Amino acid sequence: MIYVDLFLGFLRVGCFAFGGAYGAIPLIRDVVLSYGWLTDEALVYMIAVSESTPGPIMVNLATYVGSSQAGFPGAALATLAVVLPSFIIILFAMAILKAFLKNKYVQAVLQGLKPCIIGIILATGVYMLINNCIPLRKNISVNVQGTIITAILAMIVLSAKRIAKKKPSPIVLIVISAFLGIAVYAV
Amino acid sequence: MKKHILLDLLLTFMKIGLFTFGGGYAMIPVIENNCVEKKKWITHDDMMNVTVVAESTPGPIAINCATFVGFRQAGFSGALAATAGTVLPSFIIIYVISMFLNNFLEIRLIANAFKGIKVGVGILILDAAITMIRKMRKASLPCAIMGCSFVIMLFINIFSWNFSSMSLMLIAAAVSLVVVALKDGTKRKGVASK
Repeated sequence: MIYVDLFLGFLRVGCFAFGGAYGAIPLIRDVVLSYGWLTDEALVYMIAVSESTPGPIMVNLATYVGSSQAGFPGAALATLAVVLPSFIIILFAMAILKAFLKNKYVQAVLQGLKPCIIGIILATGVYMLINNCIPLRKNISVNVQGTIITAILAMIVLSAKRIAKKKPSPIVLIVISAFLGIAVYAV
Repeated sequence: MKKHILLDLLLTFMKIGLFTFGGGYAMIPVIENNCVEKKKWITHDDMMNVTVVAESTPGPIAINCATFVGFRQAGFSGALAATAGTVLPSFIIIYVISMFLNNFLEIRLIANAFKGIKVGVGILILDAAITMIRKMRKASLPCAIMGCSFVIMLFINIFSWNFSSMSLMLIAAAVSLVVVALKDGTKRKGVASK
């Protein structure tokens, strides 16, 4: 039953997504790929759309995945599921939580979770980077255009950090990479 | 009066949801500006507290904040109004996009643009991870957990292993809990033997 799968899948994301949007992306990838809802490619496109449209990225992704699998009710269910844990936690536990979070063992759990999430995000980023230059799943070969775009984007990010002491915003970077895609793949 | 505040909550959070790009962390200052400075719904200290809780609990950070502000103002229905307000703009925009995205991708120019964007997204995620590592506490346990999680997750990705990142997180939490409990045990023993 697709509705139940969507609800439970995104409820799991909502329960485990510590550390904001970037912490949620690997989890959503996990759920979406394991159910076979979207291809890796389609999901990455949608991450870009979510970064370039307003609102919480998790909500954007849940809405899209739900809508692509089961239309409007799917979108509504997936969005509800991803939001529900935060809503319940704040509603019923704000007062208790402050004391709860100070507990040594709760802190221990959180301090185990945080570096793990950072490792997961790093692995997702590294995997995507490698996969863009050398596609791993098909016949292993170098993707020339992908490598060129990767190199140019990396240079832009690094020089922006050096010179302007500020990294470009996600939207600016996505717009630049869109133009690079058009330019490089047109040749 | 009651209806008025619910509508106010809904519209304010719709505005916040509509005008903040880039997700949770980008929303915090906007929520602060609207709810603390303009509307005086909560104090700055409240805002700090809810941010700390939001960062330590799962889910979208903006939702935690909206639920909190709404609940303070008008109980359960207030929480519902504020949360719905935050979600609605994204929901509508993405729902409309989802109906057209596949048609868009058939246009060659746009398909090429998305091939470029694919690279951009990878770099964004990598950059987010590097920023987090910089801010991370540089002690042996967190660094070890980070390193192991990174290697295992990379293998999971490359070889399409059937092991979820959520299980990995549970293991990391358990390891950290055991280490702290063990340290605690040895400390207590030390005190007792004295």
